[in-house]
Amino acid sequence: MASNDQVTVELWRGDGKEGQFVEYKVDAMEGEVVLDVVHRIQATHANDLAVRWNCKAGKCGSCSAEINGKPSLMCMTRMSTFEPGTTITISPMKTFPVIKDLVTDVSFNYEVAKKVPSLKIAPPGEDGVRRMYQKDIDRLQEYRKCIECFLCQNVCHVIRDHEENKKAFAGPRFFLRFAEMAMHPLNTEDVRTAAKDEGGIGFCNITKCCTEVCPEHIKITDNAIIPMKERVADVHYDPIRWIGRKIRGKK
Amino acid sequence: MAQFNPTDIETHEFDVIVIGAGGAGLRAAIESLASGASTALICKSLLGKAHTVMAEGGIAAAMGNVYPDDNWKVHFRDTMRGGKFLNNWRMAQLHAQETPDRVLELEEWGAVFDRTEDGRILQRDFGGHRFARLAHVGDRTGLEMIRTLQQRAVSLGTNVFMECTILSLLQDDSGQVVGAMGYWRETGKFVVFKAKATILATGGIGKSWKVASNSWECTGDGHALAAWAGADLIDMEFIQFHPTGMVWPPSVRGILVTEGVRGDGGTLRNSDGKRFMFNYIPEMFRAETADTEEEADRWYNDKKNARRTPDLLPRDEVARAINSEIKAGRGSPHGGAFLDIYSRRTPEYIRRRLPSMYHQFKELAGVDITAEPMEVGPTCHYAMGGVRVDPDTTATTIPGLFACGEVAGGMHGSNRLGGNSLGDLLVFGRRAGSHAAQFATSASAPKASESQISQIAKEALEPLNREGGENPFDVLHNLQDTMQDLVGIIRKESELSEALSKLDELEERRKKAAAGGNIQYNTGWHHAIDLKAQLTVSKAAAMSALARKESRGGHTRDDYPARDDEGFGKINHVFRWNDGTATLDPETLPQMPPELAELFEEGTH
Repeated sequence: MASNDQVTVELWRGDGKEGQFVEYKVDAMEGEVVLDVVHRIQATHANDLAVRWNCKAGKCGSCSAEINGKPSLMCMTRMSTFEPGTTITISPMKTFPVIKDLVTDVSFNYEVAKKVPSLKIAPPGEDGVRRMYQKDIDRLQEYRKCIECFLCQNVCHVIRDHEENKKAFAGPRFFLRFAEMAMHPLNTEDVRTAAKDEGGIGFCNITKCCTEVCPEHIKITDNAIIPMKERVADVHYDPIRWIGRKIRGKK
Repeated sequence: MAQFNPTDIETHEFDVIVIGAGGAGLRAAIESLASGASTALICKSLLGKAHTVMAEGGIAAAMGNVYPDDNWKVHFRDTMRGGKFLNNWRMAQLHAQETPDRVLELEEWGAVFDRTEDGRILQRDFGGHRFARLAHVGDRTGLEMIRTLQQRAVSLGTNVFMECTILSLLQDDSGQVVGAMGYWRETGKFVVFKAKATILATGGIGKSWKVASNSWECTGDGHALAAWAGADLIDMEFIQFHPTGMVWPPSVRGILVTEGVRGDGGTLRNSDGKRFMFNYIPEMFRAETADTEEEADRWYNDKKNARRTPDLLPRDEVARAINSEIKAGRGSPHGGAFLDIYSRRTPEYIRRRLPSMYHQFKELAGVDITAEPMEVGPTCHYAMGGVRVDPDTTATTIPGLFACGEVAGGMHGSNRLGGNSLGDLLVFGRRAGSHAAQFATSASAPKASESQISQIAKEALEPLNREGGENPFDVLHNLQDTMQDLVGIIRKESELSEALSKLDELEERRKKAAAGGNIQYNTGWHHAIDLKAQLTVSKAAAMSALARKESRGGHTRDDYPARDDEGFGKINHVFRWNDGTATLDPETLPQMPPELAELFEEGTH
């Protein structure tokens, strides 16, 4: 897109009860991203337009929305990716209730976060040092790139079209946390049962939608969910452990 | 018409409230809770989105994992020299002594730092630090830190109030701070937090400049809340312009490029391809800075026999150097300098050490930093000045009010070293939480004044009730232009005086700003409110800058280019706000004890 082109944006405006797409025609400058155009609409056409953002550099995960139906960060979607002359639609994330315009109620995620168990790190060794080796933490560091944009939660069809599943399903973002605890070289807390019972990891049927939308390119399904499912299966579907649980009366 | 009904106001009461949930606020809340105080954490954004999330390079801590010779005294010395000796020596001492423990504590809470070969926390080189000292996670250390603290705070059961903006502190008849009043961004409804102790952890002020690395939240709320309540602000003239922000495309101008690029081997070049930093080595750092490219490159692997590269001089020096090269016509095509790591390190190394820089340039600028240079230039990044605090307790000059992190002044003097902010948040966040909780145990039940509450609400609603006033976005953009052009990296008397009169005009325009639409999640209204704090803080910066007739750290005067060690070098500027009238007074800098002063006697001062 050349400098100072005018673009047409269909922006969803409304609150939790009602709303509609409203058309705006604004300038887009060279190198701009969708969030720049939304800010220009805000400054020149609609001062009261509601949108979340913080860093504008893909690091905070605040400006999630659906752009032409595709769940994305507005700050990392360049205007040059659209054909000149086409209309761009921007709507709020679908899985979460709308508060106003592009702002949704993502409190579901913060409630789930309260239920995720905490790590318990082993004490330092005899020389007073906690040692971990880079090769053993590369995988954890991949999980910890998560910026909590909640696009993976938004696109996960276990909850996207099934509000009722939200009470029993933590979602891909939090499977990263379970996986992290399970693979942390110094963690002493076993989270496999919690991943199954509180997290509902069994509901995931590995369609990889979460991986496709992750702006940090974390391989959520292959590198976290599947290995975590295997670990849960090890403890819960192992016949010897099953007999043991029957005898001790544990789940 | 939006109206306030005083009988219908939501009220909470806690021992301690913490305003701001970046690194400092989170660490303060964790400590306050651990000390047994009921604690609330209040933030303008969602939890975990605060500006700390953007910190890249690392946490400076003299752990000695890479260079065993490192210790707190060396770190203290580097910090004081970087701050050009205007730092509060006691804060710099506490910071240098306590950061190693604070880093290890983060690891215990789940942070996963990059490792040395023998499994310890790896430390990287950074500007102004004699040894490789920054504990880090690639170039996303802030994300690691905020997520670790966030999860710790949540697991302890902290009461978190998200998307809530504080309008004013509440004070009793004696002036003691007894909590704060704010509004929910979602509904526009008012909320009162009564508290025995209040901690400000609101971060920076950069959003009043046009080219800034800061997020929208950095509007100086805490600086202004403190000043309005009668607390002292110090050193407000010192603003750090980080030497390396992105310069192109225009929409990303100002976004931070970590100093880690230079720490990991990158070098600055001008349009002639020359490594120009060798021409800008100041006398104070000459003895310990390499003067040939060969020595500078050798230093990365041999700290004993080679001196450090001038690419890693403190940030104020590098920012001024880049500014000079651009002014001399040796800039890059889009008005910056070239930052080259592609010709010096392998693509694999760059992608592993600097993954977010690789991603950021690739996605936002279409530049592959493993194959071509970056273009960078100065960007408004950090406020060294802030609320005056007691170094040990973080208590401000008003009873019941504490401050930590960027909103507090003193620790960094006239210029902060890279890597010293994350340590600052942890060390003084912890101290604030502990001392506020202790203060709360002996404070009586907080009594807020109903007339003060009504007055705050009435004023806050004015932009919504005004017909046909100014667009708040226009006032904001004019403020950003004013500060950028007149209170920027290089300053002079005529421009600073002009800035002050423009700020007065903008204050009048702010009072006429009108926000259309309803009260719910109304961004125009939110800006109209934030502008009040921004204008107070901008005035503090401009007044202090006008009064300081020397150049030092993050304050460069074209008309007074030299440091004045015997005069201005011995004073702090104290800004006060008395019922709308701003005053500025010089006060003598606290003197460090002889046993610390000795550390500076060898070699150059």
